[in-house]
Amino acid sequence: MKVLEEILQECELLAFDLNFSRAKQWKSEDPKRIIVGYLPIYVPREIIHAANGISVGIMGSGDRKQIIKGDAYYQSYICHLPRGIIEMALDNNLDGFDGFLFPAICDCVRNLSGMFKLSKKGKFQRYFDYPQNFDPNIGGTFYKQEIGKVIDDMFAINGIKITSEAINHSIGLYNKNRFLIEKIYEIRQAAPWKLTAVETYYILRAGQVIPVEEHNEILEQVVSHLQNERGEPMDNIRIVVSGSFCEQPPIGLIKSIELAGCYIVEDDFMLGSRWIQGDINATTDNPLEALADAYINQSTFSSAYYDVGNPKGKRLVKLSKERDADGIIFCAASFCDPALLDRPEMQKECDLAGIPHINFQFHENTGQFKVIKEQAGTFSDSIKLWA
Amino acid sequence: MSKEQHEAIKENSMLIQKEMLAKQFKELSTATELGKKVVYTFVPGNLTELILSFDMLPVYPEINALQSGMRKKSADYIRDAEKIGYSEDVCTYVKCDIGMMLNGNIGPTGEKLPPPDLLLLSYTGCFTFLKWFENLERLYPGVPVAMLHTPYQEDGKISQDQVDYMVKQMNEEVIPKMEMVSGKKFDLERLSKMLVNSAKAEDLLVKVLESAKHVPSPIDAYFAGVYYIGPIFTAFRGTEEAVEYYTELWKEVQERMRLGLGPITPEGELKEEKFRLVVEGPPNWTNFREFWKIFYDMGAVIVASSYTKVGGVYDQGFRHDPNAPLESLAKYCMGVYTNLNLPQRVDLLEKYVEEYKADGFLINSIKSCNSFSAGQLMIMREIEQRSGVPVGFIESDLVDPRYFSYANIKNRLESYFQMLGQRKIIMKQVEAEI
Ligand code: SF4
Ligand code: SF4
Repeated sequence: MKVLEEILQECELLAFDLNFSRAKQWKSEDPKRIIVGYLPIYVPREIIHAANGISVGIMGSGDRKQIIKGDAYYQSYICHLPRGIIEMALDNNLDGFDGFLFPAICDCVRNLSGMFKLSKKGKFQRYFDYPQNFDPNIGGTFYKQEIGKVIDDMFAINGIKITSEAINHSIGLYNKNRFLIEKIYEIRQAAPWKLTAVETYYILRAGQVIPVEEHNEILEQVVSHLQNERGEPMDNIRIVVSGSFCEQPPIGLIKSIELAGCYIVEDDFMLGSRWIQGDINATTDNPLEALADAYINQSTFSSAYYDVGNPKGKRLVKLSKERDADGIIFCAASFCDPALLDRPEMQKECDLAGIPHINFQFHENTGQFKVIKEQAGTFSDSIKLWA
Repeated sequence: MSKEQHEAIKENSMLIQKEMLAKQFKELSTATELGKKVVYTFVPGNLTELILSFDMLPVYPEINALQSGMRKKSADYIRDAEKIGYSEDVCTYVKCDIGMMLNGNIGPTGEKLPPPDLLLLSYTGCFTFLKWFENLERLYPGVPVAMLHTPYQEDGKISQDQVDYMVKQMNEEVIPKMEMVSGKKFDLERLSKMLVNSAKAEDLLVKVLESAKHVPSPIDAYFAGVYYIGPIFTAFRGTEEAVEYYTELWKEVQERMRLGLGPITPEGELKEEKFRLVVEGPPNWTNFREFWKIFYDMGAVIVASSYTKVGGVYDQGFRHDPNAPLESLAKYCMGVYTNLNLPQRVDLLEKYVEEYKADGFLINSIKSCNSFSAGQLMIMREIEQRSGVPVGFIESDLVDPRYFSYANIKNRLESYFQMLGQRKIIMKQVEAEI
């Protein structure tokens, strides 16, 4: 077993490898393998795995790439994520990808799917529509049809007909992946000092770009390491970060929050990996139905998911209580309509529940964290003072 | 025929529309007393005939927002929404609507609008709609929401599966909620009869919009176009009144064509058509007149626009079908402009440039609206490459006056028109040499 520090270093490199070298290397080992890139937040990666593919999360270029060409494609009042992705596409970072999935989370991602179509990037470019009707016979059927289209797209490339057994096997692997990730969150729940939020971030983000089997191994090793003592408890407050489910905050921002005296005990940074809560049935004759049921009944709350009847503000409050959090930091990308339009009502729910909160806006390439650190520090101090 | 007479004819359709709107808002202001049920819903992919078939009254928050913009109320409304936590970055239609609600929900005629009895979330072509009504649901606690999810035209076409998905939602989600709220049974026959009227009005609207293929164009298909689409995109589609309005409008337009007249502007008839443009994107409402004036002062006529297709792309052949009412409502929703994928949008705009013999292509990019704006710079390049006409790009907002810079827009447009003018001269010279 590798030492934890070594694992963390590797994960950091993988997480920010904008050339996606490991996925490309994996593909090169077998001509029938394919790479399917997907944007935040969620796609059922199980079907890509079952089709002899690797799903690669394209989480943006963050602060690791200078944006020159991408800016010529986007007005200043559009969030940063898509311009970074265009830059990557124009710089050939995404060469070797066979297809791209653009989940239905907002109109920027939706229209980006059209931009990829116009520029003929990859062999398919598909907007992946989430049903917003949660009746299994209506929304569930629609969801299965959406999955069916992706299966056809992949079949057209490698001719691999996916079987129920193959999907069940893939579901099993991703169940394990989700289980281990939650395990890490549970360990951090009891002892957040054992693994910082930044380290957790590296580990989860690495999982977006490598085979799930390899990620499961990493997770198992991390869980095992975390059985031992690591770090020292500090007089920090416990907080939930909400609103960063798509464009990712720069590492400097997450670090600044931690350095300001906050343990981030819950977040939505890599929400796609944690979207389905609990296991998906991996022993059925109809695995597509199992995936659809999971989407309908086991999805976490998110700005991309119609929430009337089960408002996300209330779910955030519940989550925050479960995590024993002292406060919530709303941390959304600038110009992100989905996150920012959810914020006022979510804040109202926090007020009703007596949960303190503050909010920031960021760009993925924000380089200045002084103000954020000060704000988070004041937040932390005020909670400590009044708790 | 004298000039006064032409303007009188023009005024007739305007008067009809004015009366229709006055009646509509009067009805809304007395809805509670009269026990009429009110449905809030969106323009793109609206189910107006279905709402009317239950004798309910539709209200369109986007229209209220644009009216607030035109009446110079939007700045205060937006500020009030920002005060309660809405970010400066988000769609200003939403903020304007919420601000209007916070200020007593006074509608465009100065009368109070009734609160909704039903929120019909026709989630078509814009993700923000979902967020908007999630917010309204919390601001109007207890009001039922009927969600109608319209699949995006991802593959550039409408599939039977998608139609089935929508019809199932109508049958099992939308119609039962409408029955519950209105206390009436769904009447398919009544709906079907209304769709006959819808199709008639749609035929007439297409004739009006396509009259701009004529040189000189008898209409401005953007600035005046927004008035032409008013009845059919909102509360009147499916009614006799809408058919009468479009019959009258079409009569007037034919007369203008016969006489070779240009469009009517707020300062009278345009004497000389110098430039013909296709415009992509919504207009600015806070400074609508000033904005329009920059164009007509330069002799620029908008001959086709995408904005006049947000409530239906009728000119590409779609008609509501009385023989398949729910299916055709489904196809209608999926066919609206903002539900088309980007390649479809580019193809349509390219076609407009060609068919309407446009001299240029212009984008008015709206800060608020990701549905329209994200990808527009790529659309612009594609059109430039494919059609070869000069392209222009300006930026403003729908209802936030902070993002309308008159001087900036005027400067940009003047240089753009200068470029168009020079190109015309060169092309004439080339033609003469040939
Ligand atoms: S950051 Fe927000 S607006 Fe931008 S692409 Fe992601 S979800 Fe869409
Ligand atoms: S984003 Fe655009 S289409 Fe959507 S509500 Fe706002 S203005 Fe309308």
